[in-house]
Amino acid sequence: MKEFQPKIVVFCCNWCSYAGADLAGVSRLQIDPNFRIIRTMCSGRIEPEFVLSAFEKGADGVMITGCHPGDCHYISGNYKTLRRYHFMKVLLEELGIDTRRIGLKFISAGEGIEFQNTVNSFVEQVRILGPSNGAYKE
Amino acid sequence: MKRVESELITNVEELLEDKKIGFFMGYENGSLPLRTSPCFVKEKEDVQRLVWNCFCTNNLSVYLVSLIPELPAGTKVGILCKGCDSRSLVNLIVEKQLKREDVLIMGISCSGMINIDKLTGNLDGGRILEVEENEEEVILKLDTGEQRFSRKDSLYESCKNCTHPTPSVYDILIRVGEHAPKSVCPDPMIAKFRQKERLERWQIFERELSRCVRCYACRNACPNCYCKECFAEQTKPRWFGLSNELSDVLFYHLVRILHQAGRCVDCGACVRACPEKVDLRLFTRMLVDEVKERFDYEPGLSPNDSHLLGVFSTDDTQEFMVEVD
Ligand code: SF4
Ligand code: SF4
Ligand code: SF4
Ligand code: FES
Repeated sequence: MKEFQPKIVVFCCNWCSYAGADLAGVSRLQIDPNFRIIRTMCSGRIEPEFVLSAFEKGADGVMITGCHPGDCHYISGNYKTLRRYHFMKVLLEELGIDTRRIGLKFISAGEGIEFQNTVNSFVEQVRILGPSNGAYKE
Repeated sequence: MKRVESELITNVEELLEDKKIGFFMGYENGSLPLRTSPCFVKEKEDVQRLVWNCFCTNNLSVYLVSLIPELPAGTKVGILCKGCDSRSLVNLIVEKQLKREDVLIMGISCSGMINIDKLTGNLDGGRILEVEENEEEVILKLDTGEQRFSRKDSLYESCKNCTHPTPSVYDILIRVGEHAPKSVCPDPMIAKFRQKERLERWQIFERELSRCVRCYACRNACPNCYCKECFAEQTKPRWFGLSNELSDVLFYHLVRILHQAGRCVDCGACVRACPEKVDLRLFTRMLVDEVKERFDYEPGLSPNDSHLLGVFSTDDTQEFMVEVD
């Protein structure tokens, strides 16, 4: 049987994590080809709609990435993401959804290897969880 | 209640006379028994229409954001606020949708609102002629006789678990026999829900919301939902389909609930507005408790608060990060 290939949406902020992804690319680091990047100016732009919408359209996992605390180009966008994301995790978890399909990670422009490792681990995690069937449910 | 009503009417009359307010928002009797509807009083002659009883359920703060810009500049609006309504109002100030000086808050220390269904669901038939209430009971006078209901047992769930019956901010306060605040956190209903199995929790969520007909009354009744363009109606992009499919319905609700994080005051207006009696409070209250437990914050207590999701602390937890192995 062919191995399940999850589709992962990775949100990257323009200033750090996208540059981190870029660095991983130009350094020719080996990353599972299961992810698609959507670039936003800041991780603070990512609303719950974005994440739920990705799942509804068939993503098996969604990862939000941004600058490290204190490094956000807009000063505190990532802290706000952190709180918003916290509530999303708590709500979905309490409603009985397996929230291991949603991830958050701060990655700087210099952390190409971190980007590689994070995506690879996340893909592996979602691969084990199996397809999400386009719904929010497990 | 008659004392409260006459105090209210005298106050409003004076305020209108002294031109301290341009008009006043309160309640009047509805066209059906046990119902009230919002009442906007401009002229002194109309003041007598105002009522106060245990059916004044609407959260009047919902009108403020759209109303105030329509008024001639400098008009002050008088508004009758129960504990929860005042918190909604304060939250609007915190979110910079309203200026404190635009409103005159007539606070009323609330003794809880009665769930009409709990009365009418237990009637032995007969037409309601008159209603009386005292501190312990609600008495319905029917053409077939009299029926008494315990007040405590007939309250709305949100009122049973009310944490702040007295308005957090007010200019004038009318005292009613207020019930003692219960700051139980988590709410007993939430504590029970948390104990259930994962699958069962999800099934409850699905089952409750499968009744939803997407009328958006829950949004329209909520003072926090003042967005000029709600995500539910955005078309570029359109976030979810317009059907009654469960997945579309769930999308709307998950996002609405998340938009309430750190803002919901648990007033129950959304639940009361729902024609299908979906227990929306079960889900919004989860986040209310999380906000309290994790951030020790209750929205709407002071106009000087900062919006929970608009600020940050360097101590914010990062426990949900993706782990790299
Ligand atoms: S559901 Fe969200 S977008 Fe819609 S009105 Fe309420 S807060 Fe605004
Ligand atoms: S979501 Fe419901 S309970 Fe919460 S503030 Fe809005 S109307 Fe009140
Ligand atoms: S008020 Fe009730 S039926 Fe209407 S959209 Fe809200 S939950 Fe659905
Ligand atoms: S710019 Fe990177 S998180 Fe704000």
